[in-house]
Amino acid sequence: MLEVVQNLGLGFSVALSPPLLLYAFVGCVIGTLVGVLPGVGPLAGISLLLPATFGMDATRAIVMLAGIYYGAMYGGSTTSILMRIPGEAASVMTCIDGYAMARKGRGGAALAIAAVGSYIAGTASVVALMVMAPPLARVALRFGPPEQLALLLLGLLVLAYMSSGSMLKALAMAALGLLLGTVGIDQMTGYMRYAYGVVELGDGLGVVPVAVGLFGVAEILATAGAPTPPAVIKPRLRDLLPSRGEWRESAWPIARGSVLGFLIGILPGSAHIIASFVSYAVEKRVSRRPQEFGHGAVAGVAGPESANNSATSGAFVPMLALGVPSGPIPAVMLAALMVHGVAPGPLLIQNQPALFWGFIASMYVGNVMLLILNLPLVGVFVNILRVPYPYLYPAILVFSILGVYAVNASVVDVWIMLVMGVLGYVLRKLDFETAPIVLGVVLAPLIELSLRQSLAMSDGRYAIFLEHRIAAALLAFGLGLVLLNLYTFARRGLDWRARMALAEKGDSS
Amino acid sequence: MSIDRASGIALAALALLVLEETWRQRLPVGSIANPGPAYFPGVLALLLLLAGAALTAVAGAGPRVASLQWREWRQAVAIFVACVFCAVALDRLGYRLTIVIALGFLVGVVERKPVVATVIFAGAAALGTFWLFDTLLRVPLPRGPFRF
Repeated sequence: MLEVVQNLGLGFSVALSPPLLLYAFVGCVIGTLVGVLPGVGPLAGISLLLPATFGMDATRAIVMLAGIYYGAMYGGSTTSILMRIPGEAASVMTCIDGYAMARKGRGGAALAIAAVGSYIAGTASVVALMVMAPPLARVALRFGPPEQLALLLLGLLVLAYMSSGSMLKALAMAALGLLLGTVGIDQMTGYMRYAYGVVELGDGLGVVPVAVGLFGVAEILATAGAPTPPAVIKPRLRDLLPSRGEWRESAWPIARGSVLGFLIGILPGSAHIIASFVSYAVEKRVSRRPQEFGHGAVAGVAGPESANNSATSGAFVPMLALGVPSGPIPAVMLAALMVHGVAPGPLLIQNQPALFWGFIASMYVGNVMLLILNLPLVGVFVNILRVPYPYLYPAILVFSILGVYAVNASVVDVWIMLVMGVLGYVLRKLDFETAPIVLGVVLAPLIELSLRQSLAMSDGRYAIFLEHRIAAALLAFGLGLVLLNLYTFARRGLDWRARMALAEKGDSS
Repeated sequence: MSIDRASGIALAALALLVLEETWRQRLPVGSIANPGPAYFPGVLALLLLLAGAALTAVAGAGPRVASLQWREWRQAVAIFVACVFCAVALDRLGYRLTIVIALGFLVGVVERKPVVATVIFAGAAALGTFWLFDTLLRVPLPRGPFRF
């Protein structure tokens, strides 16, 4: 432990030097901007700015890119809460209760809870990254394709189980999302599926156009012409601070989100996205008032926002300790390090202690910077709601189109967003939840690949999922959830989800 | 017909369409032990078909399709048309011109705001976002034939 403290001292001596502070600050500001702008996610932001880091030394480059990454996680909540448009894909779950809180006049409180939750989770997960990186990375290494498939299926089942309304409808939406996720080139054989000659569809449907379409455009289509468009909330200054009750309600979700997000972050995949989905599901499950979810539950904002920030640090564990990126964003950052001649891996801590511990320390500093940046700016962001709706929704549309276009400089993504917008609009009318579609699109390639890799490993035997203990346990847990749902249905006829759906129908009628 | 029943039928029809399309594209299914590119989408389409059928079966007497409210359809169609215009014109007319026209249509025609306010808003939004993305963030945006 003493060694860790000494190393951290070395790290702070590096991180608190004026040039590094400046790069951390620039990264945090750009990251927040990237997160706030709908459609421009951290991957696009980091990729766009990667060439700008080539002239820097490795420590400055990694500190700035990491600042963009977790800055985007902070900023992503803003448009989710104020406009129901996810600034980046991990903020999809925040749209649900964050926007509902804003509609109730608690937009400022939701933003503050998201910022504080992100800060606590970010800081706690850096401590965990520092202390637990080597042993946790060893556990994550034991996750082969069978374990990954089991984990992904469990994530989908948990989401379907926790969805408000019918589990059947949620599963149907998840299946639809998974189907959409199969569009493009088959990773194992190279066959083009359902692309109809559109070359841009070879990479599949991007998460960004799908999420912005289903959540942003659909919302605009549904509300723009309504007799009473969404109320323009004019909060008083004191409303910007969460009440004591709201702080109390957010404490445990922040703690759970921090732990959950970090653990999921270590595992391969789009960790920060999955972490926010799972956190939302867990909060709904453990809540004493699950019927409040979807109507402005504080835990529905605090949990997912903490989880996606925590997952950001978790994703650095395999990257730094093993040189194995757990997702596309760590992969880009890994590339940035390698451009500078730094080889991440077990020897990094020994060979480049200033870089490793300087990076760790800069994450503490960055989280403080982001809290200072975000909390005072809460009032500025809330003022966006004061803009009259006839001007606000066209502006949101422009940002959506721009953000979606900017990712690949492709009009095809704009078309995808538009189709998803119409689909989301119709599904809202028909009382379907659209969040499982987004998760399905993210998970489909991962599920298919891990299934086929598992079968390749076992020579076509499905028993591999039972022979691997972790995979078997995860699958058994998923099966238990399905059985629990059937039992609840048979015993009581209507469980809390059905009652909630009925209440929602009552509200809307 | 109830909304849930109609939704179930629509989902089942979509699943059948995917299965038909999978067959039409002649994607190899492979086997259970060695799945091909059509295997996973096929299984998912079957799951969607099952979910649609189950939804149709358990639908019961919920709200009717006829009870759905489409009061906002005029505005929704107008917004949709503006978005389609953006998708079509972005590469042809360039970003700034496309956005000025789309915003002018939405604010001036659909929302019937004063001409001066519409022109200022559309111009400022188009030029401001172009400066932010193209100039500041170095995200290349289409310029169109007039370099504008």
